[in-house]
Amino acid sequence: MMEWFDGFWSIYSNLVLTIGINALLALSIWLTLSCGLLAMANAAFMGVGAYTAAILTMNFGAPFPLALAGGIAAPTLLALVIGGPTLRLSGVYLAMATLGFGEVVRVTILNAESVTGGALGLNGIPQLTEWWHVVAALVGTLLILWRLRRSRIGRAFEAIKEDDVAASLMGIAVRSHKMLAFALGAAIAGLAGALNAHLTFFIGPSEYGFDRAVDILTMTILGGTSALTGPVLGALIVTVLPELLRGFKDFRTMINGAILVIIVLFLPKGLWDPQRLRQLVRRGAH
Amino acid sequence: MLTLTNVSKRFGGLTVLQDVSFTVPQGKVFGLIGPNGAGKTTVFNLITGLLEPTGGGIEFDGASLVGVPPHRITRRGLGRTFQNIRIFKEMTLIENVVVGMHAHLSYGLPSWLFSLPDFRAREKRARDRAHELLSWVGLDAKAHDIADNLSYGDQRKLELARALATEPKLLLLDEPVAGMNSGEKVQLMKVVADIAKRGFTVFMIEHDMRFVMGLCERIAVLNFGKIIAEGAPDEIKNNPTVIEAYLGREDDEETAA
Repeated sequence: MMEWFDGFWSIYSNLVLTIGINALLALSIWLTLSCGLLAMANAAFMGVGAYTAAILTMNFGAPFPLALAGGIAAPTLLALVIGGPTLRLSGVYLAMATLGFGEVVRVTILNAESVTGGALGLNGIPQLTEWWHVVAALVGTLLILWRLRRSRIGRAFEAIKEDDVAASLMGIAVRSHKMLAFALGAAIAGLAGALNAHLTFFIGPSEYGFDRAVDILTMTILGGTSALTGPVLGALIVTVLPELLRGFKDFRTMINGAILVIIVLFLPKGLWDPQRLRQLVRRGAH
Repeated sequence: MLTLTNVSKRFGGLTVLQDVSFTVPQGKVFGLIGPNGAGKTTVFNLITGLLEPTGGGIEFDGASLVGVPPHRITRRGLGRTFQNIRIFKEMTLIENVVVGMHAHLSYGLPSWLFSLPDFRAREKRARDRAHELLSWVGLDAKAHDIADNLSYGDQRKLELARALATEPKLLLLDEPVAGMNSGEKVQLMKVVADIAKRGFTVFMIEHDMRFVMGLCERIAVLNFGKIIAEGAPDEIKNNPTVIEAYLGREDDEETAA
């Protein structure tokens, strides 16, 4: 048994830890979605976190905890700055503005060669991320978000999502709650980026662009936004599915895409939909 | 309690309200009536901070409300409902009402993060109060239903309970019986009368004359953005300008005059 696990772990440890990191990313966008914000800046925040942490360890020899803290702080501060003007927008306009911000981040990284290595990226990042770092980050994030949902803040997010005018007339400070969701989402994405950078040895600017932004959103929508289980489940599927489809070789991405389309078509509320599950159980009981 | 002084509102070249002045006295039920498009809802939107007046002053308990953001106005003690119901449809009834208590639920980060006794006690108190408010409007039995599944009339009552949860000194009701059948109207009339008896000042906009005349102690009439009459229900009922605004004037009279 132990031997089997060692064999499995030596091959798949990277994949398993990537699931955890992707789950963090999915949770980061779930948080802003739960406040009714379609913000697509999480890939960029992940990049900022990854670069900040990697530069801290490589250029300044900072200890890992400090690098992680930097990887969280930098995107959070950035979110507080860009949140002011962008969070006035809603719906697709917010999505466009935040995607635009993502491009700005990508191009900035690309051109700040002396610090970021430009298009070549950063090579030889020490592999400091242990499995338990990822587990601790994920469990901690889940715990905070779970408690948040049950507090007045989580209720305020929910109210803002449903009707922000009515929410403001309930005495809820709408703009500062939106800012909180946005900044906290950026912090989680930054943490994921920092952990990822110290897992993969190499990071480059193209990893944090439009494709990644869409990937993160896909995980959450696919998993379902009604509960915390959804994004984690979505991250698991979106990460593992391409590996399972390796046998299809050239057709892999096509089949991967088709499966995602089918899931969304037939389960518009995502895989994890407590209401539907309850109905299924009830039908089974009859 | 609430005083509007020469309030005007223009949208571009369109004047919606012009020199509107009236006072809602404390502890009374005050009504604002007027034909469709007279600008009644605009008055509410100005008071609750959703719009800013072009001119004039709005004072509540001696402090100006002009330029104050909506959530601060709510916290000063103004609760409102909407003409086109704006409940949180995907929440349960009890959650809807507890959201209204947002500003009055204060606990720090450690409290909610670790679910400390202080957090649990305050949340429980909020839920108990929410049940009480739901029972005021007769919806306590449905407390755990999803709000979207309620009938139209019940949704209006839920909105009323939610507005009460903000602990308002003054309650603004925007057409509380719009779209209700006569049985529901009678029911709601009793609910509003009870709320007034509990010491809330009520300020309502309404079309339904029987509802307004039966509840309000003072009424102002708005027509084409101007206040054309103010007084007790009986005075309003017999005021010729008001009758003209509602029923129009016959052509004969016009030529005769």
